[in-house]
Amino acid sequence: MKRKLIVFGLLFVFAISSLSACGDDSSGTTGKRSENTLTVLNYGKYIDEDVLKQFEKETGIDIKYEEYESPEEMYTKYKAGAIDYDVICTSEYIIQKLISEGEVLEQDYSTLSNYSNLDSDILKLAQSYDPMNSYTVPYFYGTVGIVYDTTKVTEEEVSSWNCLWDKNHKNEIIMMNSVRDAFIPALKLSGYGINETSEENLREALKLLDKQFPIVYAYFVDEIGDEMISGNAHMALIYSGEAAYAMDFNENLAYTIPEEGSNLWIDSWFIPKTCQNEEAAMLFLDYLCGHEIGIANFEYVYYASPLTSVVEALDEDVRNNEAVIPSKESLTECEVFTSIDDEKTALLNHLWQELKSRTVQ
Amino acid sequence: MVKKTLSNVYMAIIFLFLYLPILVLIVLSFNDSKTRVEWGGFTFKWYIECFQSETIMTAFATTLQITVISAVISTIIGTLAAIGISAMKARSRAFYLGSTNIPLLNADIVTGISMMLLFVKFVELGFVTVLVAHITFSIPYVILNVLPKLKQANRSTYEAALDLGASPLYAFYKVTWPEIRSGVFSGFLMAVTMSLDDFSITYFTKGAGVNTLSTMLYTELRKGIKPELYALSTILFFTVLILLLLVNYLPNRKKSTALERV
Amino acid sequence: MNKLRRQLLAGPYLVWIIGFIILPLLMILYYAFFDENGSFTLEYLSHIASPINMHAMILSLELGVAATLICLLLAYPLAMILNNLKIKNQSLVVFIFMLPMWMNFLLRILAWKLLLNKNGVLNTVLMSIGLEPVMILNTPAAVVFGMVYEYLPFMILPIYNSMARIKKDYIEAAHDLGANEIIIFFKIIIPLTLSGIISGIVMVFVPALTSFAVSELLGGGKVLLIGNVIEESFMQGMQWNAGSSLSLVLMIFVMVSMTIMNIFDKDGEGTAVW
Repeated sequence: MKRKLIVFGLLFVFAISSLSACGDDSSGTTGKRSENTLTVLNYGKYIDEDVLKQFEKETGIDIKYEEYESPEEMYTKYKAGAIDYDVICTSEYIIQKLISEGEVLEQDYSTLSNYSNLDSDILKLAQSYDPMNSYTVPYFYGTVGIVYDTTKVTEEEVSSWNCLWDKNHKNEIIMMNSVRDAFIPALKLSGYGINETSEENLREALKLLDKQFPIVYAYFVDEIGDEMISGNAHMALIYSGEAAYAMDFNENLAYTIPEEGSNLWIDSWFIPKTCQNEEAAMLFLDYLCGHEIGIANFEYVYYASPLTSVVEALDEDVRNNEAVIPSKESLTECEVFTSIDDEKTALLNHLWQELKSRTVQ
Repeated sequence: MVKKTLSNVYMAIIFLFLYLPILVLIVLSFNDSKTRVEWGGFTFKWYIECFQSETIMTAFATTLQITVISAVISTIIGTLAAIGISAMKARSRAFYLGSTNIPLLNADIVTGISMMLLFVKFVELGFVTVLVAHITFSIPYVILNVLPKLKQANRSTYEAALDLGASPLYAFYKVTWPEIRSGVFSGFLMAVTMSLDDFSITYFTKGAGVNTLSTMLYTELRKGIKPELYALSTILFFTVLILLLLVNYLPNRKKSTALERV
Repeated sequence: MNKLRRQLLAGPYLVWIIGFIILPLLMILYYAFFDENGSFTLEYLSHIASPINMHAMILSLELGVAATLICLLLAYPLAMILNNLKIKNQSLVVFIFMLPMWMNFLLRILAWKLLLNKNGVLNTVLMSIGLEPVMILNTPAAVVFGMVYEYLPFMILPIYNSMARIKKDYIEAAHDLGANEIIIFFKIIIPLTLSGIISGIVMVFVPALTSFAVSELLGGGKVLLIGNVIEESFMQGMQWNAGSSLSLVLMIFVMVSMTIMNIFDKDGEGTAVW
């Protein structure tokens, strides 16, 4: 019995010591809100974690960092109100929705010291959802396209979204597990825009997706790049930057935007109404627009950066890589998502569940 | 003889089924190739990266804090409750035992969601909410381990001690405690295990930036391949193996075999 | 007097029960039956019968039953073999079969993903010896596989426990009276391990029925179980009311099946816990 007690004692001491050892860096996680914390909500794999550490070190502000996978998940997390976020990064159509709901604080971002580093073309594009550029700061942008294994699929095949329905590639196609993105190919093939909201037309696209379901290998989001690198599929619907990352590891991969057109997306930061520390939030956004930090984040995330100094610093072949920096044609040919109301969002979610539960009528 | 061979083959197959994945993780944790399941040479770098990764280390620290604090608190509340329950009449005892069964029987996802709904109404989700949730689902294990010991305990020795002038506290420490001690410890250990292993309840009650190993893994696994996680799992496996062997196979294991613990 | 004082020790637990067990359940009830404006409605409850939910429920039942049956078929012979081992350290051997359970289950799922991947370990081995590769990842079969792996120890243990309790005398007596192995198995061993079997079934079936992480990680987004529907309605769809009513149904379902099984499990205390 005594020996057993000693083991328990050791266990306990071990636990306590690690408790105190980690006490410093985990003080931000103890649920209490100290004056100088910043609660950040961002997409998964979307920032160089060293940047966060460096920011904490330079400013003395503690960052509570939380990630999410799909924009719908972010919207729910925010709306649930269980956590007061200070600064959030997400997709343009969700931001547009939040702006219309009065959830976004207006700021004079031109006062940021690094604001002039932002590409004015991208700011102009961002005006489609933020007319005065007063609600958001662009973070990364890119397109949605197809990444394919050049040893298994020809360039000609992937020139149309139809390739994603090709039975010859059964179980070799990865789709995105994100409602609006997954609908892009089906809507385009049905001849609609990506912002279609009429139930009839959406159902037409859903029928296509339902037909596609049996030949889809899996529905993923953040794993797509790694799955393609490992050669687990012939092609996948993918965000451009994720494709660029995969192409770096596997030289057989290539990226293209089918001729029917696709989606151009801009992810931006905004300061929500729940913000408790506006000053720190502005400081953080300014920090992200700086050149050094922009480079660090670009190298980690590998999506198109709206920071001019970052793009100028790139090698020519990287700059001309469609998967990294969308070409001017892509920018004009692709559509930007616009926000849809709650009812239509619910409809989309419902259609998505119909697809997954194989109950499409 | 044939029967014996067959038995051994069968055991070996199940053994392989259970341990093959763990073996794969261990081998890959030393593999110097990130993206493919191919042998790229021996390396320790994933171990170094594992210890340098703030995500992993913070989650590890949070897990330890939650496990230790929740196990201690639930052991105290649970032991006290068991003593109280053992002195109760049938009706109130039924109420307590019935309530105790709820978190045990309910699906994790339902327990997690019900607590989330409550917390969201009144407080901000964070470290404390996870802690409260863990205490809640741990207490029943403590009670169910201590109660049978109290039943076995001889009530009259305790009363006799009181009659002979011992204070209740002294009588408890000298008479009751030695009899329930093993139950309290196995309850504590079970609380630790349940807390370490929980995913669903933590997932629904955690706040921003709070991650236990389980919830961290869930996010990281969906983000793709990370060999640091192989290193982490190897470390965890051997830690658990050594600890369990120590706890179970030290002398005086009259009633403390792995079986009873589980 | 003294007894009353001892009862007071359960006071903190009473507070805990009310605050963190009963109140949360009331919250689920509230969300399941009242809309945003606080008026009573049965609308959310009626959604349960929608094709999506029914399909998810049926699929969960199918996969849960399949996983439970496979676990039972694998675990029973193993428990018998373990019980008949004629070595000193029997409990050590049992311990070896329990050990994987102590490792974080997400890590073990990750391991199976690596093994079962198209270009994973298993297929590399299979193809190198000239066999066809297996493609089960991202199918319902993979989810069942994951569940079996996950919950097999939960089945082995109670069956082994109940088997270890069988007195050898019974079996010897049956032998003496002329019963053969088959009769002994069906007339003695199975009836006497029934409580263990039932505990095992409950302990595998309930988590299998309600899990959402296994299908999320091994189903490739193609397997929608009832757990996933509930998870999505809370974490993605903002449909708390619908999610609550589904949780309520799941809760009732689990409780009822537990009760039915408890009727069979007469010496339940102890084994029913784990």
